Amino acid sequence: MPELKTIGRKSISFVLNGKPVVAEVEPRMLLSDFLRQELGRTDIHVGCEHGVCGACTIRFDGRPARSCLMFAVQADGHRVDTVESLATQEGALNDLQRAFRTHHGLQCGYCTPGILMSAEAYLEGHPDPSEAEVREMLSGHLCRCTGYVGMVRAILATAKARKDGKAAAE
Amino acid sequence: MKPSAFDYQRVARVEEAIDLLARHGEDAKILAGGQSLVAMMNYRLVEPKLLIDITGIEGLASIEEKGGFVDVGAAVTQARLMAWPALAERLPLLAKAMPHIGHFQTRSRGTVCGSIAHSDPSSELPLVLATLGGQVVLRSKRGSRTLAADDFQTGPLSTAREPDEMVVAVRFPVRQAGAGYAFDEVTQRQGDFAICSVAAVATAQEVRLGVGGVAGRPTVTRLSGAALANPDGALNAFAWELGGSDDIHATAQYRRQLVRRIGRRIIEEAQSCRS
Repeated sequence: MPELKTIGRKSISFVLNGKPVVAEVEPRMLLSDFLRQELGRTDIHVGCEHGVCGACTIRFDGRPARSCLMFAVQADGHRVDTVESLATQEGALNDLQRAFRTHHGLQCGYCTPGILMSAEAYLEGHPDPSEAEVREMLSGHLCRCTGYVGMVRAILATAKARKDGKAAAE
Repeated sequence: MKPSAFDYQRVARVEEAIDLLARHGEDAKILAGGQSLVAMMNYRLVEPKLLIDITGIEGLASIEEKGGFVDVGAAVTQARLMAWPALAERLPLLAKAMPHIGHFQTRSRGTVCGSIAHSDPSSELPLVLATLGGQVVLRSKRGSRTLAADDFQTGPLSTAREPDEMVVAVRFPVRQAGAGYAFDEVTQRQGDFAICSVAAVATAQEVRLGVGGVAGRPTVTRLSGAALANPDGALNAFAWELGGSDDIHATAQYRRQLVRRIGRRIIEEAQSCRS
């Protein structure tokens, strides 16, 4: 008989996209699975599940993080932001999202939520990046459609527009 | 791709962590950034019964220079050390090597001590620690001990750490006056595991040259005198000594060639930036 594993669930509470979440989770529940399977947040795209592809990237206390390399219990007491945090409540896309559309920064869109969260975190710390720096940042994400050229342009255009104080997509 | 069941404890003090380690030993694992551990758990390459989350221990969050070393606590992320204002001035080799570690998205959580405790033979931080002659500070209920990098890492993913011990800090020697530092590596893609990585410290008398990704652990050699005046022969002997093997990423022959070519370039670069 295999040993039955009965490890108790833990209570967690954290802030997701500005709203409180309270739940009970098994410690082994990945944060990516918790967000997608338990909370139904389909803006979490799960790709490789071992930290390589970057599709599931979120912001954890503002910093970019692979949600497949974290457990939901680790979120207790912290702040988690997904791509849903970028648009307004009415669903209007933010300037970076509009720039991705304008510059063809996505095709199938599977990798896009993670890339947008990385790019937002990156631009906060690096408001005036070079193309090489943007490419270095994007090396943490796999995209099999675009060849990355459009998203490099979108991120650089957004940085410039933010610097110039006007929306990139205008 | 899902980890097996385990229990999770978040601790606020080192004493609680080492108490749990004393009770659970090999069944327990320290969780800090989790950038290697959680991936291995997802693959079920490791199946700990207890994770001890140390990220909230305030005493482990410091970067502090004392007695010729910069001590980096076990909760310090790679991103935080990269953003340390004195990094380029006090730890120039780290400043050159750290941008090669993983990605922006993994350095934000991955810790400096975690990478050294994990001891992947192709990782940048164990190589830098070995080349600089740094130290690893371990604690258990039995006490505290400090090991030289060379005594700490014993092979691929294996160290001299006992099951009841945890790495509480690593100590990087600060820049030597007049020394030059250089680092480079070859990877298939930016942020991938290094096929060959090379670090060098050049002083007036000698060059300490460290190579990662070839042998089972970072390996350091010293070149001086005639060997340094014409390093190709010494680099060739060192490349063979490392005993690299063929794998899916590269052949042993290619790795030897990288040791010779990058080694030569990094020696010259370290010598040319001596101050």
